[in-house]
Amino acid sequence: MDILSLFVTVPVLTILALVFTKGLKQARIVSMVGSLIQLGMAINLVFAYFKERAINDSIMVFTKDVVWFKQFNIHYAIGVDGISVALLLLTAIVVLAGVFISWKMADLPKEFFISLLILATGVYGFFISIDLFTMFVFYEIAVIPMYLLIGIWGTGPKEYSAMKLTLMLMGASAVLLVGVLGIYFNSNADGGALTFNILEISQVNIPFEAQKLFFPLTFIGFAVLGALFPFHTWSPDGHASAPTAVSMLHAGVLMKLGGYGVFRVAMFLLPEGAMHWDWFFIILAATGVIYGAFGALKQKDLKYINAYSSVSHLGMVLFALLMLNKTAWNGAILQSLSHGFMTALFFALIGMIYGRTHTRDITKLGGLLKVIPFISVIYVIAGLASLGLPGFSGFVAEMNIFVGAFQNEELFYRVATIISVSAIVVTAVYILRVVGIMLMGPVKNPAFLNLPKVTWYERTGILLLLIPIVAMGVAPLWLSDMILASLEPFIQGVL
Amino acid sequence: MNFSNFLIMRHEILLLVITLLLLVGEIFIHKNKKGSLVHLAIFLFGIHTAVGFFRLDESSLFGGSFQTNNLIHFFKNVLNIGVLIILLQSADWIQEKIVNQNRGTEFFILLFSSLLGMYFMISAGDFLLFYIGLELSTLPVAALAAFEVSKRISSEAGVKLILSAALASGVSLFGVSLLYATSGSIFFVDIVEVITSNNLTILGFILFFSGLSFKISLVPFHFWTADVYEGAPISVASYLSVISKGAAVFILMILLFTIFKPLMHVWENMVYVIALATMFIGNLFALRQKNMKRFLAFSSIAQAGFILLGLITGTQLGVATIVYFVLIYIFSNLAAFGVVQAISLKTGKENMDDYNGLYRTNPNLSLVMLLALFSLAGIPPVAGFFGKFFLFTAAASKGYYLLVFLAVVNVTISLYYYLLVIRAMFIRKNENSIPFFKNKIYMRLGLVITVIGILVLGLYSPLYDYIYELSSVLN
Repeated sequence: MDILSLFVTVPVLTILALVFTKGLKQARIVSMVGSLIQLGMAINLVFAYFKERAINDSIMVFTKDVVWFKQFNIHYAIGVDGISVALLLLTAIVVLAGVFISWKMADLPKEFFISLLILATGVYGFFISIDLFTMFVFYEIAVIPMYLLIGIWGTGPKEYSAMKLTLMLMGASAVLLVGVLGIYFNSNADGGALTFNILEISQVNIPFEAQKLFFPLTFIGFAVLGALFPFHTWSPDGHASAPTAVSMLHAGVLMKLGGYGVFRVAMFLLPEGAMHWDWFFIILAATGVIYGAFGALKQKDLKYINAYSSVSHLGMVLFALLMLNKTAWNGAILQSLSHGFMTALFFALIGMIYGRTHTRDITKLGGLLKVIPFISVIYVIAGLASLGLPGFSGFVAEMNIFVGAFQNEELFYRVATIISVSAIVVTAVYILRVVGIMLMGPVKNPAFLNLPKVTWYERTGILLLLIPIVAMGVAPLWLSDMILASLEPFIQGVL
Repeated sequence: MNFSNFLIMRHEILLLVITLLLLVGEIFIHKNKKGSLVHLAIFLFGIHTAVGFFRLDESSLFGGSFQTNNLIHFFKNVLNIGVLIILLQSADWIQEKIVNQNRGTEFFILLFSSLLGMYFMISAGDFLLFYIGLELSTLPVAALAAFEVSKRISSEAGVKLILSAALASGVSLFGVSLLYATSGSIFFVDIVEVITSNNLTILGFILFFSGLSFKISLVPFHFWTADVYEGAPISVASYLSVISKGAAVFILMILLFTIFKPLMHVWENMVYVIALATMFIGNLFALRQKNMKRFLAFSSIAQAGFILLGLITGTQLGVATIVYFVLIYIFSNLAAFGVVQAISLKTGKENMDDYNGLYRTNPNLSLVMLLALFSLAGIPPVAGFFGKFFLFTAAASKGYYLLVFLAVVNVTISLYYYLLVIRAMFIRKNENSIPFFKNKIYMRLGLVITVIGILVLGLYSPLYDYIYELSSVLN
């Protein structure tokens, strides 16, 4: 078994093991062990990647290629570059943290962890695929468990939210399917055989007419998952209804599939289409950045605030990708990672606050800093990271994005950049607003005075997420190295 | 007729022998042990299914009236597997409800005669044998639909089916006569030589096509479907939805890709419009169904619309994807019908609301249903996804991107109502949900086979390659 296939095999084995468990205790131990192994593998992969990078300068390393359906030239083809390695690490950390946060999942624990790990399998598989077909398969595998996860273990209008989320994401994948087929049937434009392999297609000059037609389909197909502006509505409802670990995984990891797919498939394979449609999607992405920020400003429910903040931050990822230059792309990837850790942390904290106070309405909360100091302090740190304070991951990412974006000298790009930059100010406002209302001031409700203490598993989950945020902020260079080296093929292909 | 002829027709002859054995066998079975008739029938049909897998080469009989090749042979095997699963799933029902009315043999004879008709239909080399097969496959099913004599709704289903079927076969026959008038022959090989797209031929073709569309329940010939499925016993409804539909799709495909190939510019557009209408109407009507049988009826109409996406290509790729899809569809749909049947038999409940909270009491049945619905909706990694993806690929290979787009829109619509059932089973809670029960061995076997099919057929790629190789005969 090669180093990458293990990323799919281990969760599948964990799921199989979970089938035979009984009760919460066994289920959570098995899931924890599985996720821990996964994290170990992800860390190992980072080192292995640096080692391999030194001797091997192909675009993708650790590649493996097995023919699956030979009539369609469908392969099980896997490989990673720096970007996917970083995202795999993010996934492994968030999944493990999610398992810790769900330590007390009382209702149908076995089924919960199985669904969670099916989702994780899909995400891992997606990041290691370099074949469009397998990628698409894993994409859908990652999305569909959300329905059960939100529907069964969610809160509030869970049936509605689960259905809305699933239908919008599956609808997007339907659009994506047409785009993928369009790419596939144009992959023989240079006289070769039809292929789903991303690396092979990237060498082909797909006719401009086809690129113009299929770029928007592919882009929207992925970007819906990345909460592109008019298609973002599934995200706030979905997050608000989802149980804590699912919100974490969803905002932290699953939504990253969108940006990754846009970059790896839509822009890499259809570069001329990207240039052609660039302006249109920039408008949407910039709108999303602003809209999300103002949306967060207006909300009272903690989860909604974070969901809208995700729309804003991920809008920035799409915005940066569309800026079509190296610095901005680097920023986009860093922002994906940084946002992944930050939102997961936010949702974990919100879950803990909600678990103790039984409300997520910030007007009913107050003075939490006095009663649950640990959670509150971490919340402040996460907030500062989110608004881009130097020393945390958010700063590095946003700095890169806006420096890159400002390199485009045309008026249109300048205006779009300035509009997006202004969202940072709004971000600061909504985060400080929450911190002010919820954490500072007198304790609003006497019942809050004896809230339960933070448990060891909650601390572990939080630390798992906090460490990378700080690490990325303090020492961003090794990560940037990894990402920048992997951007070369994109620069040659797209620019 | 020598021995080698026997071998060529062995599916047909063996099935006939089984039917007769059962008829005679009933006499020798003691009155108090009529239940063992079911064991006998399943045993014999199991042997028949197994024997079918022996190789058979391309050949024809009766001056070309009866023809067979590897693809036809494969398809008969597919039908056999489907019928075997149906037998397993309905064994309990027959034992509990039918045998003590002394009508067990009737059931098997009618079912097997209908299957025999389908064999002849898909093996036909001329319109005469085709028509005989068509009638033989339809008439017994009408009797089967009315099998629960004590239920009014069942008799109604039988009447509806026989009336619509008679009309459809009449229309079809008129079409055949017009084709004969223009070409001067009823043999497929002769017709293909002389067929041209003059008006009379096209009219004949359209009438003929309508007749077959009825069996596949394509829009606008679908009106009988939901009522008949609702009224008929569940095993008959599942037979109608997979076996009858599968065989009709198959013969339609053979005819379109061989004798009507010169008319492709005509039927291309027809199939395009009908595919869209079938998908949209099937899906939109399925949205509001409360009864599981009606629900599955509309879902199966919509699935037929997807099949047409492969038909429109007219290529080997299209043939392979259709056969592959039908094979997967048989397993998926039978799994869903199997669960409905198990629950209906134990509790008599058939409405979607009755399924609320099913997972908490009957987790295994719910999981089977979940897999079946995911497969019907086309969610990976279960088989249905691969079937649909390849059908769409086939359509896109001819440049029908708009059609594929509208089809995937339909997939999303269909996902909504499939999720409704999943919501009922997994998410909703219910005070008086269906209590836990254990299925008997046959039902369990029937469900396990379908689940294995759903899980394996998609991921196991050599199967598709095999089907693709077989499909070369229609190119």
